[in-house]
This record gives sequence, structure tokens and C-alpha cells, in this order.
Amino acid sequence: MTKREKILLKAAVAFAAVSAVAPVSNAMHIMEGYLPAGYCIAWGVICLPFLIAGYISLRNRIRENRRNMTLIAMAGAFIFVISSLKIPSVSGSCSHMTGTGLGAVLLGPAAVSILGLIVLIFQAVLLAHGGLTTLGANTFSMAVAGPLVSFGIYKLCGKMKVNRRVSIFLAAFLGDLFTYCVTSLQLALAYPSEAGGVAASAVKFLGVFAPTQLPLAVIEGLITVVILIGLETYAGPELRSIGFLKGSIRNEKGGR
Amino acid sequence: MSKNTKTVMILLIAAVLIAAVPLFALRNAEFGGSDDAGSVMVEEIQGEEYEPWFTPVLENILGRELPGEVESLIFCVQTGIGVGVIAFFMGRFVERKKWMKATGVEEPAEKMSEKTEGNEV
Repeated sequence: MTKREKILLKAAVAFAAVSAVAPVSNAMHIMEGYLPAGYCIAWGVICLPFLIAGYISLRNRIRENRRNMTLIAMAGAFIFVISSLKIPSVSGSCSHMTGTGLGAVLLGPAAVSILGLIVLIFQAVLLAHGGLTTLGANTFSMAVAGPLVSFGIYKLCGKMKVNRRVSIFLAAFLGDLFTYCVTSLQLALAYPSEAGGVAASAVKFLGVFAPTQLPLAVIEGLITVVILIGLETYAGPELRSIGFLKGSIRNEKGGR
Repeated sequence: MSKNTKTVMILLIAAVLIAAVPLFALRNAEFGGSDDAGSVMVEEIQGEEYEPWFTPVLENILGRELPGEVESLIFCVQTGIGVGVIAFFMGRFVERKKWMKATGVEEPAEKMSEKTEGNEV
């Protein structure tokens, strides 16, 4: 991190902290034009420090070792695939997953914010899915809050010596769910219900998203484990290079 | 390795089942998008029809909603890009491993020499 970047990051954090004092609200893939302008800007500003940190983290990783590009590209591609699949769920409606768990576990939560943003812009511009005005809010829920939880859960499981595959499943599963919780909260903050205020409204939005998302979050967890088994088996050097696996190459003998 | 293959198979089958069962079990459901359900909820809470204050850029340019078929095309493009990248690198990794096994070459050491702890922020 150069000096100028440090200053930039600090400034963004301060800016975000100041603007966050007033409204803090959010939800996943909020439709275009469905958040008041003030909220749109506030969420965008809150995302800013994460995006800058993400940019710096990605750049450092690539500078460290150009081969890290492959895993960064794969993590991004994984989000592309996973968030493009609309899957039917028990609630009788369709939704899609986030796919950010893999990147969060491999690269850390900051780096994922950039990858998630790319996908969200793609969908907002070409698909009218999500939206440019709600980009900030959607970025916060899908590319910042979710990955943060995934990363935290994964580290926590590591500390508690939980089986790695189980912890990856939990990380992806809970990160996905949390994304939708944040989305509900974001919508609730913008649209508090008359009777019970923000809380009642949040429960209502959660009631819409949660039953749909629960099975999908399980699927996301399963798929993330599958791709990580593949990577562990074949991409040992790359995983060690980004610090995901430890140990020397010579001990490697397929899988773990 | 074969144990891994088994695990992967089981996980994939489970994932497919979770996705497929609702489709067969709930024959009358519409399976609309849950993002839309969210906007319906906004209207319910507001007690009036909500007029989005901003229309998607592409709709503005087209002057109408994106046709459903085109939308599914773009979704497919998105999936395709992702799958392409993953499959390309995965294929390379797999071949590399095979090749190294066949020739008995160790993995290049340069990858190790640059190993530094990741700097998550």
C-alpha cells in the first residue's frame, strides 16, 4: 500500500463513517429506482472504502505473483456463473445465489467486493436486474456484507478446527443468507412499515426472501465445496501462492 | 482421489435435487423472481403503487422492456463467460497434473519462492 493509497483509504473510511451515521439500510438486488436517492448515495459511499481496499488487495496479490490472476479470475467467474442461475425454490418463486463465498474464502472479503461489483454492473446494465441507482446498496449486501460473513465464519471454523469442507460449506451458506438479510434490512430502512417501523418492515421483507433463499444457500454451499475440492486436487501451487493452503509442494499428493 | 470423486458426486446430486424438487412438488407455483416479490412487498407496505423513480438504462435506450428471450440470452452469456473461464483454467490444472505425473517433473519451484502471506484487508 503506497502512501497515497493509504490516505485515499482513510479518507474514504472517514467519508463513509460520516455518511453512515444518518441512514443505514440495505437488501440483495433491489430493483432499479426502488430506493430513494439519498439511500442510493449513502450505500454507495459506504461501499467505497471496501472497494478501494479491494482494489489494493487485488493489485498487491497480482504484484506478489502474477499467477494469482488465475484464481482471482476463477473466483470472479464463479460469481458470474452462480449469480446467473435462477433456481426454483420451495416458496414457489425463483431466486439466484451470490457465489461470493468462494472468493471470500480464497482471497479475503475486500477483493471480492470488486469481483461482485463487476457482476452487479453487468446485470444492472444489460439485464435490468438490480440497477445502477441501487448499485451501491446491492454491492454492499452482495459484495461486502456477505463476503465479510463468509470470511469471518471460515476463519472462526479454522480456529475451532472444524473440518475444512464443513467450514467452507458454512461460510458460503451463511454468507449467502446474510446477503439477503442485509437486503431485507436495506429495504426496510427505506420503507419502514407504518405499524411497526423498520423492524416490522424488515420481518416482512425477510419473509419474502428467506424461505426462497434458504435452499438456494444450501446449494451454494454444496457447489462451493465441490469447486474447492477440485481446486485442492489440481491447483495446489496456486492455492499455496495465495496463502489458502500451507505447506510445501512436495507433500502434495492429490487432495489434502 | 476416488473418495473425492464420490464426495463431489454426492454433493452435486444433492444440489440438483434441492433445485429440482420444488419444481415437481409445487405444480401450481409460478416461480417468478423473488426480486419482484420484494417490489410487491414495497407496494404493500406503502399502501399504494410504487413508481420507480429511475428506469434501467437499457430500457431507456430501447424504449421498452428487454424482451424475455433476449434477457435469457444475456443470462446465458453471463453463465457462458463464467463457465468458460472456470473450465479453461480447470482444464489446464488437470492436464498439468497429468503431465507432471507422467514425466515425473516436480511442480515448478518459482511458484513457491514467491509465497507470501496474503494481505487481507
